Amino acid sequence: MPHIRLPEGIPGILGPMAFSPATAKPINELAEVLLRGPNSLSRGEREMIATHVSSENDCYFCQTVHGAVAAHHLGGNETLIQEMKRNFETSGISDKMKALLAIAGKVQKGGKHVTAQDVERARQKGATDKEIHDAVLIAAMFCMCNRYVDGLATWAPADPEMYRQNGKRLAQEGYIHSTDHLPVNTGD
Amino acid sequence: MAHINLPDGVPGILGPMSISPETSKPLLELAEVLLRGPNTLTSAEREMIATYVSSQNDCCFCQLSHGASAAEHLGGNYKLIDQLKENFQTAPVSDKLKALLTIAGKVQKGGKHVTAEDVERARKLGATDKELHDTVLIAAAFCMFNRYVDGLATWQPEDPAAYREMGKRLATQGYVAVGSQRPAAAIAK
Repeated sequence: MPHIRLPEGIPGILGPMAFSPATAKPINELAEVLLRGPNSLSRGEREMIATHVSSENDCYFCQTVHGAVAAHHLGGNETLIQEMKRNFETSGISDKMKALLAIAGKVQKGGKHVTAQDVERARQKGATDKEIHDAVLIAAMFCMCNRYVDGLATWAPADPEMYRQNGKRLAQEGYIHSTDHLPVNTGD
Repeated sequence: MAHINLPDGVPGILGPMSISPETSKPLLELAEVLLRGPNTLTSAEREMIATYVSSQNDCCFCQLSHGASAAEHLGGNYKLIDQLKENFQTAPVSDKLKALLTIAGKVQKGGKHVTAEDVERARKLGATDKELHDTVLIAAAFCMFNRYVDGLATWQPEDPAAYREMGKRLATQGYVAVGSQRPAAAIAK
């Protein structure tokens, strides 16, 4: 049961976002620009970083939703996402992505865990300053979102089809209007 | 040395923000609404939560800049901020804030560390749903900001006095205003 009163039947981060639309707005805008804005990293790659960090943080809702978004961006390749979560170093992703996921995993533990060697590895595989910046910020952002979702003990449905549908919707329509359909919070 | 090319002499989060304005905008808006928007928790209390979490994450720039902002909201009470960081349970802050700081400390470790008992204790001391929500989100947001600042190995002055001017600006003008100033103007070197 959530730690505060949230609208029933609304999963994961959407419950707190319905409760607090004023903070939902900048969080959704950040997600939109970071995960979908113009970038040399594809949307699928950026959602993979989000998924990896969420899985390291053991946040079921976030890893499953963003895993579904990533899979959708990759033409439905759920197998690759599963392999990536299990062990990204041996999965079928690019060497550059492996290096960026290694950095993201370090950020998940704490910013100071990122070493010059981690960054050098990514650079040698072709990562640019912007790609490194964005990998760090996506990882940091999901350390926020995972704690928001779990810190309020929100409800996470078990049905994989629900996540598939949500993943498709987010992949196609993005984050800015993703909470428009939620009930309006009339306040305490 | 920072892990990416950042402008010289621009401290902490201001460096990465200056090279990524499209992500800075929502980050500053989030800080503005969370720490300075209309709330039953004062800005000082909310900045104290941010400072405490940043100190638990051992992020120098964040704990000193937000500690300064908190202190300036309280008329320059830097001593209280030191007491808070040293041991908030014995600091002269309200019991409700102590209960919220406990929750913030749990969020810093991980969302699932927050227990129903932690929440109940805060409720008994008067915390509302919104105050609980905001405490969790401030703690979570600072777990992001601290990782952004340290994950890029940004340059961070260590002298607390360097943060006083920044604290005054944040306390009086807020995040959107300060964030849109030229980076070098935001803090005295």
